[in-house]
Amino acid sequence: MKRSIALALAAMLLCTVFLTGCGGGGSSKTLTLNVYNWGEYISDGSEDSFDTVREFEKWYEETYKQKVKVNYTTYASNEDMYAKLASGAVSFDVVIPSDYMISRMLKENMLLELDFNNIPNYKNIGETFRNLYYDPDNKYSVPYTYGVVGVIYDANVVDAADTGGWDLLWNEKYKGNILQFNNSRDAFGTAQYKLGIDVNSTDHAEWDQALAELKKQAPLVKSYVMDEIYNMMESGEAAIGCYYAGDYFTMIDAQAENVDLKFYYPESTNYFVDAMCIPSCCQNKELAERFINYMLSPEPAIANASFIYYASPNSAVYTDEGYIEEMGEETMEILYSQVDKFGELYNKYAYRNLEQETLDYVNSLWETLKIN
Amino acid sequence: MKRASKIYTALMMIFLFAPIAILLVFSFNEAKSLSVFSGFSLKWYRELFRDTETLKAVRNTLILAVAAALISTVMGTAAAVGMNKLRNKYLRTALDSLTNIPMINPDIITGISLMLMFVFVGRLFGAATSLNFGTMLISHITFCLPYVILQVLPKLQQMDKALPEAAMDLGCTPLRAFFKAELPEIMPGVITGMIMAFTLSLDDFVISYFTSGNGFQTLPIRIYNMTKKTVTPKMYALATIIFFVILTLLLISNLYDEEMVQKRREKKLNKKQAKEAKT
Repeated sequence: MKRSIALALAAMLLCTVFLTGCGGGGSSKTLTLNVYNWGEYISDGSEDSFDTVREFEKWYEETYKQKVKVNYTTYASNEDMYAKLASGAVSFDVVIPSDYMISRMLKENMLLELDFNNIPNYKNIGETFRNLYYDPDNKYSVPYTYGVVGVIYDANVVDAADTGGWDLLWNEKYKGNILQFNNSRDAFGTAQYKLGIDVNSTDHAEWDQALAELKKQAPLVKSYVMDEIYNMMESGEAAIGCYYAGDYFTMIDAQAENVDLKFYYPESTNYFVDAMCIPSCCQNKELAERFINYMLSPEPAIANASFIYYASPNSAVYTDEGYIEEMGEETMEILYSQVDKFGELYNKYAYRNLEQETLDYVNSLWETLKIN
Repeated sequence: MKRASKIYTALMMIFLFAPIAILLVFSFNEAKSLSVFSGFSLKWYRELFRDTETLKAVRNTLILAVAAALISTVMGTAAAVGMNKLRNKYLRTALDSLTNIPMINPDIITGISLMLMFVFVGRLFGAATSLNFGTMLISHITFCLPYVILQVLPKLQQMDKALPEAAMDLGCTPLRAFFKAELPEIMPGVITGMIMAFTLSLDDFVISYFTSGNGFQTLPIRIYNMTKKTVTPKMYALATIIFFVILTLLLISNLYDEEMVQKRREKKLNKKQAKEAKT
């Protein structure tokens, strides 16, 4: 009896080992490319769109006469992605972090310098999207999408004369109709832009000033939200909120009949850029660079831009006639009105990584706001 | 009093099923919204069946759950049989509590420690990537095992100890005695254990999250990762389908059980009658 149990256990162990082997192995003929991207952040073939990953595999085989299999994995936040990479347990060839995460990863030597001979399509990236603060010499990253925070309002409730600046979020007329960000950096940002203070300030007094402004706003605020903003704006539960331009279009798609959402950019506001990078755990750098190059070529770039609905820094996208027509005049105006001066505005206004000391202080201020 | 109890039951039902009902209704929504119902449409179901990545995630989840359930059932049953045979009472209690630890341990601790262990072992062997399907499978077996043991052990204790002995007296080898006499007796426990293992593996998020590697993602992880943009109603459609599949499976298994019980009753009755006829 004992022996039979031992045998069964041994068989089980063997089985597990065998299965483990299956999971990890790949044949030597087919190359593997591990891509790590945000969820829902690539045109994936749904709703009759372009299936970027499959098309890349096809294109690669035709061009280089070699099979490649893309292992596509997703993450939900920069921090999730960072944690996985830093654990050293995984190996990815291409990742698409946001700006502040890129500067952090650069500091920690987690990114490889790109060989631009393999990325000739980099020429498509607009001039104003180069030399951004997180990668001043354009050595480590290729911008993929960018976004700008703007104010979204319901034109059936809000008087057009009141719009245009950050003031709208402090307007007493709309008490109980205003949504504010539920994270310290973004919420403080709105107050700082309104007051004309530097959002990356290290001066405690300036942060105190912003807090005072937020406290003034608190009685007017319906609630502090993140993704709940979608449902609240779509259904007309709230009339004023701020979010990224690309997300505004998602809301428009789903707005109720009695809601008429509109959008505008205040004079100064926050920007983000998500860029393609190659992490230091990359197993096949040339292949990764070819993938990045492919992503920059017109067809996939346009497909991705129209799928994600975020603005693209790729001139092959925003000057393409078919794309312009598909988006429509109003959308193009909202997404791309700042193309000409993007770099300048971005380097001036975008959030950067704060020193730990400032960060702690800001979080303590945020606590006092949330408690009241 | 009667009315109060009725209201109470109704409230309970609402709390239990309202979320599912809302999900179900909005999976048929024409628009993308969760708050505005603009018309009936099967659009999101169509979209779901075109989303290859999500379907792949569903397939991955099922493969993982089936494999983890099968392996942990075999291992767990073997372990329970072994534990039941132990003569030393203290050793048995010690083993019993030991197997309970993974069950009481918070998922997040189990997840992190498993990940650290895999990374550590992977480094020892110089592997570039230490997380893959295999590591996820091992983790799922790890947290399913105690539940299987918990289901099988009581059945073994209830079983008449003389049963396998009698089988061996009649010429069975120990292995044969186990399969012929013991296993049928503890089968209900084994099956319940397997079903539990399957469902636990199916909806585990935390442990999978820490132990998943390149390329192999399960459904809960995929849905979680959709939060940069909003979760699309495709997922409501998927959840609705899963709900109905589980519901049908439950109904079938309940009906089957009922039939089994009835058949057994009839059999007993027949035997009784046969006996009576003889005498």
